[in-house]
Amino acid sequence: MKKKRVLTGIIAAIISAGLLLSGCAGSKETLKTGDGGEPYKIGAVIDVSGSSSSLGVPEKNTLQMLADKVNAAGGINGHLLELIILDNKSDETEAVLAVKKLINQEKVLAVLGCSSSGPSMSMIDTVQKEKVPMISLAASSTIVEPVQERQWVFKTAQSDIVTINKLMSYLKEKGLTSVALLYMNNAYGDGGRAAFTAAAQANGVKIVVEEKFEATDKDMTPQLTRVKTSGAQAAVVWAIPPSASIITKNFKDLNMGIPLLHSHGVGNQNFIDLAQGAADGVILPIGKLIVADQIPDSDPQQEVLNRYIEEYSQKYNSPPNSFGGYAWDGFYLLVNAIEKVGADRAAIRDTLENTRGYSGVSGMFNLSASDHNGLHEDSMVMVQVENGKWKLLK
Amino acid sequence: MKKIAFPVALILAFAGLPLLIKSNYLLGILIIIGLYAIIVIGLGILMGYAGQVSFGHAAFFGIGGYTVAVLTTACHWPSIAALIAALILPGLVAAIIGGPTLKLKELYLALATLAFGILVHILFNELKGITGGPSGLTGIPYFTVGGLVFDRDIRFYYLVWSAVLLVSLGVNNLIHSRVGRAMRAVRESEHASESVGIDTAALKLQAFVFSAVLAGLAGGLYAFYVTFISPSPFGFHTSVQFVLMAVVGGLGTFWGPLLGAGLVVALGEALRWATPLVIPGAGGEYQIIFFGAILMLVMIVKPGGLGAVMDLFKKSEEGEAH
Repeated sequence: MKKKRVLTGIIAAIISAGLLLSGCAGSKETLKTGDGGEPYKIGAVIDVSGSSSSLGVPEKNTLQMLADKVNAAGGINGHLLELIILDNKSDETEAVLAVKKLINQEKVLAVLGCSSSGPSMSMIDTVQKEKVPMISLAASSTIVEPVQERQWVFKTAQSDIVTINKLMSYLKEKGLTSVALLYMNNAYGDGGRAAFTAAAQANGVKIVVEEKFEATDKDMTPQLTRVKTSGAQAAVVWAIPPSASIITKNFKDLNMGIPLLHSHGVGNQNFIDLAQGAADGVILPIGKLIVADQIPDSDPQQEVLNRYIEEYSQKYNSPPNSFGGYAWDGFYLLVNAIEKVGADRAAIRDTLENTRGYSGVSGMFNLSASDHNGLHEDSMVMVQVENGKWKLLK
Repeated sequence: MKKIAFPVALILAFAGLPLLIKSNYLLGILIIIGLYAIIVIGLGILMGYAGQVSFGHAAFFGIGGYTVAVLTTACHWPSIAALIAALILPGLVAAIIGGPTLKLKELYLALATLAFGILVHILFNELKGITGGPSGLTGIPYFTVGGLVFDRDIRFYYLVWSAVLLVSLGVNNLIHSRVGRAMRAVRESEHASESVGIDTAALKLQAFVFSAVLAGLAGGLYAFYVTFISPSPFGFHTSVQFVLMAVVGGLGTFWGPLLGAGLVVALGEALRWATPLVIPGAGGEYQIIFFGAILMLVMIVKPGGLGAVMDLFKKSEEGEAH
């Protein structure tokens, strides 16, 4: 009888072990090696499904497209590139497990991801401990700061502060010194609020009224009514569609009579479509991708922007967006580093940190030991919606 | 002798597992399973023995996590003190809200806990000064006792599974005690148990508080493990997942919580890899379909949950002995 009980325990252990091992059986899959030998493995943890999937899907498409292209051209220095993309379902705990799988099971050289800030933050402790370079595609500046606790972490999306500085210069240039700030009540909106408030103080811009709304709200008329009576010279909204589109519609319905400025979070066609014609006149700072056909030939990014648009549209029959651009930049920063130093995580990290003058989709990257994002105001332009199209403001 | 042999075999199995598993990924999975198992053990007591459903346990999980996060980062408490606070605070909250809520029956109780869970999730987002708002809190230190820093997965594995073992053994004793028998009586019939002098209201409250304390423990350990916390893991979805683990594992069984947590976490990881092989380019949405199908299968074939399968072993064993 005692034996039976022990047996029961053993059976339980086998069942659970079987379940666990089934999770990693996929690592056996091998790529044909190129002339040079072992393939280089890189991993990506992307928000392909869940609440951030609108960011994650174009990123996944872009990464897949680029990996295929690199391999079709013979790989990196003769080594084929093996890219493993895992979905974190926009969940922080899943992101931790996924990055551990990439590092410990797949032994990747470096990790790209995640698409949003929360999951990116949750992976930092693991990559710091395992000493694996990570390039996040998310916006929050805390992903790479304080930099002495984030030696292994980089990111390709512009930090909020870069966008906000661009916006501030525009406000000051137009003499709009008292503004209303409206933001979405989530990590994106709150990050924008904090950075905007700090920058406003530094630039002598006064926030006369501050209102927030939920991502799921269907009507922001009450908030806008308070803005209307506040005497603000302009309204600044920090949100993403659909709520960003709804507030834009409300704004038009109320005949606010002041300029409406948005954040780069609305930089996709979806925003204009959902606003049903109300988006005309909206002004926002954004990366150059969206107005690639209007930027001057002299711009160092022009070539890469057009190349990305052409390749992506050809493969997926839809234009790329700036989120996919973050993936493009992360991919090439990494591949360029691997090309230079080979399969050595520490050397890849050092090379990433010393990347200067890399012209990417999101801007001109000048990374350094104190700046793991490397993008500045020159990576942004001000655009305005005109007849449902994006137009570059000079 | 036989009573000791089984737990000892179990303890040895879990102590020895890291010798076989060198991967931090697999250890990571086991750590997450262990954390969830602690919560599901508490939920199992509440649901399986006291007969009450809670759709708000992610809130207690979160309160535990935030207690550790806030006390270690803003107040610089030693980690052990913060962890103890992470046990006490959810317990207190449960005691306060449990009084009025547990007077509700069946669906209404489930709705009340659901509302509580959503409320707490909103507070995590709104109390920016304390919780850091939607962006969360970073820089939570590692769990440290004396000079021992639990900074590696293997160490954390031992920490979490020691907690799981202690909790399991404690609960095992509890359900075979007078309180455990009284709880089962309440589950079967509240009126009958009241007629024999069982204070059913107090008993239900105790079970509720106890399950909240366990969820707080898991939350505190979670914060020490990930070293970053934000409101998103503590939403309604997570509460449902805990109930799912409890039901799939089997209510009122010793093995249920471990098997339920193990199956749900391991299946999620297995499907992450397997789904793209079946449907190329598929994301997490498709995994949920597979997940649902497998769960339905469990419920149809074995309505008592996986734990009931284990108990079947025991029964046939006892049958032979007769």
